[in-house]
Amino acid sequence: MSDRVGAPPPSPPAEGATAVAPPPDEPPAPPRTRHRRAASGALRQDRAGYLFLAPWFAGMALFTIGPILASLYLSFTEYSLVKPPEWLGLDNYRRMLEDPRLAKSLLVTVQYVFVSVPVQLGLALALALLLNRGVRGLSFYRSVYYLPSLLAGSVSIAILWRQIFGSDGLVNQVLALFGVEGVSWVAHPDFALGTLIVLNAWTFGAPMVIFLAGLRQIPVSYYEAAEVDGASTVRKFFHITLPLLTPIIFFNLVLQMIGAFQSFTQAFVVSGGQGGPADSTLLYTLYLYQRGFGSFDMGYASAMAWTLLVIIAALTGLNFLLAKRWVFYSG
Amino acid sequence: MGRDELPSRPRRALKHTLLIAFGVVMLYPLLWMVSSSVKPDDLIFRDPSIWPTELDLSNYTNGWTALEHPFQHYLWNSAVIAIASVVGNLLSCSLAAYAFARLRFRGRNVFFALMLSTLMLPIHVLIVPQYVLFSWLDWINTDLPLIVPKFLAHDAFFIFLMVQFIRSLPRELDEAARIDGCGHFRIYWRIIMPLSAPALATSALFTFIWTWNDFFSQLIFLTNPDLYTVPVALRSFLDGQGETAWGQLFAMSIVGLVPIFGFFLAGQRYLTQGIATTGIK
Repeated sequence: MSDRVGAPPPSPPAEGATAVAPPPDEPPAPPRTRHRRAASGALRQDRAGYLFLAPWFAGMALFTIGPILASLYLSFTEYSLVKPPEWLGLDNYRRMLEDPRLAKSLLVTVQYVFVSVPVQLGLALALALLLNRGVRGLSFYRSVYYLPSLLAGSVSIAILWRQIFGSDGLVNQVLALFGVEGVSWVAHPDFALGTLIVLNAWTFGAPMVIFLAGLRQIPVSYYEAAEVDGASTVRKFFHITLPLLTPIIFFNLVLQMIGAFQSFTQAFVVSGGQGGPADSTLLYTLYLYQRGFGSFDMGYASAMAWTLLVIIAALTGLNFLLAKRWVFYSG
Repeated sequence: MGRDELPSRPRRALKHTLLIAFGVVMLYPLLWMVSSSVKPDDLIFRDPSIWPTELDLSNYTNGWTALEHPFQHYLWNSAVIAIASVVGNLLSCSLAAYAFARLRFRGRNVFFALMLSTLMLPIHVLIVPQYVLFSWLDWINTDLPLIVPKFLAHDAFFIFLMVQFIRSLPRELDEAARIDGCGHFRIYWRIIMPLSAPALATSALFTFIWTWNDFFSQLIFLTNPDLYTVPVALRSFLDGQGETAWGQLFAMSIVGLVPIFGFFLAGQRYLTQGIATTGIK
């Protein structure tokens, strides 16, 4: 999961699906050149706007755009901090194609993202539906289910996980009560990634809160009308709730997938920084860290970073394209 | 789901039983960690119950001093970074948010779209050149790489959250102030900021929690043990003697979670309800 699990959502657009929504509409400004007063007003607003944005401009240049361009350049070089970068052309990218650990880390990451996100969102939706209407103590349940989302990104919880899923950990102690003998889950190549997927599922509370808010937007009158027509609960779910919830499902999906691609802390701590056993928890970000900050192969790490950027952009784009087929917008 | 089929009493009881059982399963690992932290080490590997048979606080006293520095040293390091980040985010993000929500200026839509696109940008893309930059500036092994970006509105997420909130405030207030001769800065500081208290509270809480939990950038920028924060210190504890001192490790892990839990209890309303209201209009 992302190290920022439990994030409040940037608001999902109510109607349009585009993440890049234009700023709010304002009364159109008077034409800038016709009257001197209007022109000077516009100028003053320009200056005020840039002044208010000055810290952001500086931050963008120094910490975002500069680094993105620099890492593009570095990705074509060999660089280890001690000597100036040496131009390699496409060598880093060529090495990536032949690197078995890179292929493995991509595979692990894809498995992690495509299993853990649906599991997490499925749980979130199920619990949101259970909690939706007329449950007494809603805010209590919501808080209890939400708490793990805030904690799960911490090293403390990763440490706990490593113990729970160890050979004599809590899980095996409980299994022993039923006469089942467990293995050391974190030390088994077939199960280690599974423990991280369980950890991500544990954070279903954050998307659940978003689902709950979305469910509250559905007008009660729709259900009333359906009842007049004698619709069953199942029918109402598939013909009212689910279609009207698709924009929220989509929003959660995009958000959680991007987050899952960036998981790091849990895999790092549970595997002692190695991504083991047998590279089975070697998430892409973990491998990037090893190359960049373990062996200071900054050029290669930059090439990996750019590849990650392209993958996330492509996946998000694909999500938006596919959304046209299944996301329903009313009105 | 419909209104005419209000759950009958047994159905309602079943639902609550299910919800409570699920909650217990969710929280069991946490409760078990707390109870294990007051158990002797060998019991941690034998006793799955959350009811401690004996109360032994030695894990806390021994764990507190098990590392190079006493644990309050790491708590202090984490707190300094987290509090500075909160101040930085609140100031810089609210300035930018005011501009996006209230001012008209050339290029606004382009800048706004740019800001939104950075929401999806993984830190891993930026970390290598940022590291290079900070090592040129001689900032590695200082708190600066972790704090300065916050004062330059690097967390676009909070800009977005505040833009959404400021948009929902009535414009009549600004216009009245304008007529009274207030400049933009006064409107921002005297009118918009006080009215944005809920959004500021949500931002402050999340900034604190995320910074407190942050491991990746602290691991990279702080390699000197004197500067270790709680997550980095816990990790070095785990690497050093973790496998032989689970009780102490659990105890210090819990100490590390206490601030988050405290803010969760104090700020629940802003964390969960705030999400629902600022998240979706």
